[in-house]
Amino acid sequence: MTAGRKIWILGGTSAIAQAYARRKAAQGGAVLLIGLNADHLKANAADLAARGATAAVEVLDLAGDVDRNAAVGKLVEQHGFPDEVLIAYGILGDQQRALTDPAHAADIININFTSVALWLLAICARRDPARALTLAAIGSVAGDRGRGKNFIYGAAKSGLDRFLEGLAHANAGTTLHVLRVKPGFVDTPMTAAMKKGGPLWASPDRVAADIDKAIAARAAVIYTPWFWRWIMLVIRLLPRPLFNRLKI
Amino acid sequence: MTTLDNEIEPWGRVLKTRHSVATPAILSAAGAALTQSSRTTLALGCARSYGDVCLNGGNELVRMTALDRLIAADWDVGVVRAEAGMTLDALLRVAVPKGWFLPVSPGTKFVTLGGAVANDVHGKNHEHAGTIGCHIRRIGLARSSGEVLELSATENAELFAATVGGLGLTGVMLWVELALKKIESSFIEVETLAIADLDHFFRLAEESAGWEHSVAWVDCLATGKSLGRGLFMRGRHSARGGLQVHGNPRITVPVDAPSWLLNSATVSLFNLAYRHRPWTMGYHTVHYDPFFYPLDAVGGWNRLYGARGFFQHQCAVPKAAAPGAVERLLRLTAEHRQGSFLVVLKLFGARKSPGLMSFPMEGATLALDLPNRGEATRKLLADMTAAVMDAGGRIYPAKDATMSAAAFRAGYPEWRRLEALRDPKIMSDFWRRVAA
Repeated sequence: MTAGRKIWILGGTSAIAQAYARRKAAQGGAVLLIGLNADHLKANAADLAARGATAAVEVLDLAGDVDRNAAVGKLVEQHGFPDEVLIAYGILGDQQRALTDPAHAADIININFTSVALWLLAICARRDPARALTLAAIGSVAGDRGRGKNFIYGAAKSGLDRFLEGLAHANAGTTLHVLRVKPGFVDTPMTAAMKKGGPLWASPDRVAADIDKAIAARAAVIYTPWFWRWIMLVIRLLPRPLFNRLKI
Repeated sequence: MTTLDNEIEPWGRVLKTRHSVATPAILSAAGAALTQSSRTTLALGCARSYGDVCLNGGNELVRMTALDRLIAADWDVGVVRAEAGMTLDALLRVAVPKGWFLPVSPGTKFVTLGGAVANDVHGKNHEHAGTIGCHIRRIGLARSSGEVLELSATENAELFAATVGGLGLTGVMLWVELALKKIESSFIEVETLAIADLDHFFRLAEESAGWEHSVAWVDCLATGKSLGRGLFMRGRHSARGGLQVHGNPRITVPVDAPSWLLNSATVSLFNLAYRHRPWTMGYHTVHYDPFFYPLDAVGGWNRLYGARGFFQHQCAVPKAAAPGAVERLLRLTAEHRQGSFLVVLKLFGARKSPGLMSFPMEGATLALDLPNRGEATRKLLADMTAAVMDAGGRIYPAKDATMSAAAFRAGYPEWRRLEALRDPKIMSDFWRRVAA
């Protein structure tokens, strides 16, 4: 069913995106990798091609000041309209630095939320309502409750979550499928500065497998791995006085 | 690329040291990590070597595991060029459905290609296929001078020979080009036979020359006339059953086991049960995963040895001296009652590796785990190493944490040639211990 499907990946250098693209490659999909680092995108595309996929690369500053409607138009002209779009770019940022560096705080919010929302609007504006489309975006469990250590990143991901929720609501019963992906800790270069290991850490491929299944099942939201749904339920339900005493 | 102060724990978990670790996401960044290193550095794969060949304590490491892409593949002839951080696990997942397999595979698939080449790994088919180095066509090597060299048997040949089995010391391997083996099926036809004693092992091993893969498991607590008792397994690729990829580890050891778990009583029980599992004897067809990688089914099995970790002794001894040397080694472990259930015995064939520092030699190899019980274990390891030296053998650096500089230099007389070709910015704790 995936054979011949056109998949756009915004943030084609992300480790989760590459793991997902490899799964699509194995299923015979056609993948377009979009991102900023040409060398990295080309290496990823060569990997997909060696696995039997059709893979192409477009170098674009996704979070930059670009005319997104025009950019989407150009991508459609060159590559055709996709069946599936995965938004996988983002930055973790440095909360401590962002507290005193407004430019960094603005980057965290713009890259993780504003720019993503604008891409989604530009793609929806261009879409043919008669044709099925899946929009999947990688959020984070950090968006489920504001925490002292990462609330700027968390707020951006939370904003994205509300945006996608609303987009899905507006298009309920149509050919548009919206998937909100909420990973926990994933062992990728993005989290290289964190101490890793232990049962809470997942591989990018584990997350990619969950995304693949959720898209096939037309799910609305997934926590990945699954246990994060329950961890975040507990964290959301913690009474504030107790929550405020936790250094998490 | 982020650099992080990090403790690295090799598979044996005895030696652990802190490093500044770079994690490049593209090949050019891995080369840059070497050229920009302020002290010395070393490429790190999955840290599945047991001792200190993968450590560079107090200095830098370049973690290669994000560099896991195919660069090119010709599935008609079975040649792949892949980034050095790609694991054998990942390569098998791509190659098996297309009818290709690793030409040589070590006992775990959770190692990187770069690590496999740096240690010139061998497998159950050594008599037929040699080491992995025999199947490496080209290597891309970054040097601290900023050059990226292509190495092969004919191009930069001296550096190629030093890099295969060169313990990562000649530079940072960026990619590896490997010739795969054609398979019709992902299944292996296996025959399991009981071994009565050591003579019986050597007879069976000679008789099994027609089988591509062979290995023996030995009950190291057996003494006297039963010394060498165990199971002999031989296998060949089946033509039937289809091309199915392996699954994920079924269970994971989440925490350190208590140190009393593996004592001679529990090991005896395990060995008894293992020897008498009637369902394994005779002919069977099994998937390649349990045949080549039985321990991969248990993630983090090294934790079963407890927080103090464990050592592994693996030696190669020349053919003429092999029966006597293996007997002496098994007697030593039986006397100390320190052995564990992971005792592996196999013959090495005559096929030469292109690597200067390759471990296998025509003869036999014995590998066994020893829980870390401090001085007593180190004494046993030293006695075993001495027995290996007497027989004209050598110890496997990938598994070693204790051998002396003298034992290393006697086993690997070419070490000075590797030292001469070592990249000046590359160093490892192992090399400091045996060659500095």
